[in-house]
Amino acid sequence: MTQVDRNSAKLPLGGLLKGMKVTIKAMVTRVHTVQYPVVKETPVPRARGVIALDPEACTVCMLCARECPDWCIYIEGHKQEIPPDKEGGRVRTRSTLDRFDIDYALCMYCGICVEVCPFDALFWSPDYEYSEFSISDLLHDKERLTDWLETVPTPPALEGA
Amino acid sequence: MNFWLELLLKLALILAVMLPGALVVIFGELKISAHMQSRIGPYFAGGRYGWAQPLADGLKFMQKEDLVPAAADSMVFRLAPYIVLMGTLATYVIIPFGPDLVVENLDLGLFYLLAVSSLTTLGVLMAGWSSGNKYSMIGGLRAAAQLIAYELPLVLAAVAVAVQAGTLSLNGIVASQAETVFTIGGFDVALPFVLKGQIIGFLIFVTAGLAELSRIPFDMPIAESELTMGYLTEYSGLRFTMFFLGEYAGMVAMAAIVSTLFLGGYYLPFVDADLLNVVGPLVLVAKVGLMCFLFIWIRWTFPRLREDQLQTLAWRWLIPAALVNIMLTGIAKVVL
Repeated sequence: MTQVDRNSAKLPLGGLLKGMKVTIKAMVTRVHTVQYPVVKETPVPRARGVIALDPEACTVCMLCARECPDWCIYIEGHKQEIPPDKEGGRVRTRSTLDRFDIDYALCMYCGICVEVCPFDALFWSPDYEYSEFSISDLLHDKERLTDWLETVPTPPALEGA
Repeated sequence: MNFWLELLLKLALILAVMLPGALVVIFGELKISAHMQSRIGPYFAGGRYGWAQPLADGLKFMQKEDLVPAAADSMVFRLAPYIVLMGTLATYVIIPFGPDLVVENLDLGLFYLLAVSSLTTLGVLMAGWSSGNKYSMIGGLRAAAQLIAYELPLVLAAVAVAVQAGTLSLNGIVASQAETVFTIGGFDVALPFVLKGQIIGFLIFVTAGLAELSRIPFDMPIAESELTMGYLTEYSGLRFTMFFLGEYAGMVAMAAIVSTLFLGGYYLPFVDADLLNVVGPLVLVAKVGLMCFLFIWIRWTFPRLREDQLQTLAWRWLIPAALVNIMLTGIAKVVL
């Protein structure tokens, strides 16, 4: 428990003066508030602003969509047959991404999708300026999510590398 | 000059002083309170420092619907804001801005001042009673109890000044603060009443003045956390603006009165009477600004008093102290 400093307010009405000292000090201290649209703070690189998608890396494994607590990721894909490289080779199939939407009206920015992605197709970007007048516009489609990719900062170098 | 024309001119002059004064103080309150709470406050209105915020607020209020509750006593309800504003406006009549710059130099100036300033109490009580809302009524009754309790120390503190000055005219009070008290090296030094033994009176007057204005820490009548907004609860639109403006105009008036009674009013040392008519208003405005800053500073520092603490402060401390102050002033006046 903290000891109450009883000597500080010995003067009659000294407590009042002490309080006024506090407010006047706060008044002359520089305010740290930043007036947003005029002045913009740079968020830290690890800030969870928006999730970017690298469609080339995505294999439509659906892990992110399944792990998402809010079910805010919508994925559709189809299997595509790739002809063999050499004569007599095996025909391989490959999953192609048709739709990858994240509904930011639902997203709670937990980052589980980014964590869970085994192919490094999802990234955190510190960009945060994507508010909309209509809530339905917060559903970002594949193209929009891909556009965020350029705002993703380069990851810090590995320790001891 | 034609009587009516003169009256109209004087009225226009009072409005020209009161409205900008109130707006400036509102803006000052917004900004100062913001910085005292580590905020910036208005920023965008008007382009720079948000200087147009009070005007924008006023415009907004004007567009709002002027509601009268079904349960309200319509006539009284509509009339109340005018009475409050009128009572505040009337105090501007006798505030001297210079030796000749006064709307009306009444011989009974101080008496008139204290009389018309209690008119606002009536308006507040009317508003609280007629709203047909229990919060409003409690607020109105609290306002009445508070304003009656604090009218006394206010008057008694002013009486001591009147005794010392030997006049009730505000011009006379300023003039008596311009008298030479002593001379140092050829300079005639004049002291305002606050330095001539009225320091206790000054403190009492400012405290009671704050209570008269119903400002924090004496804002029980409008206590928003317990009475929503007291007698203001049911008001909207232009009528609310009137109360709001009246509150700040009252603050300016109170600051001007304190400056006149205790801080020497428009008087500036080493400036002769002719020039004082030019410099005087600026001096008074500076003092008013200082007092308003003090009011705002106090408001954003202290919490609200409890209702019984409020009454205790008035009846057990301020009034006896004011009476002792009058007695000492009287003795000093006779002996010295």
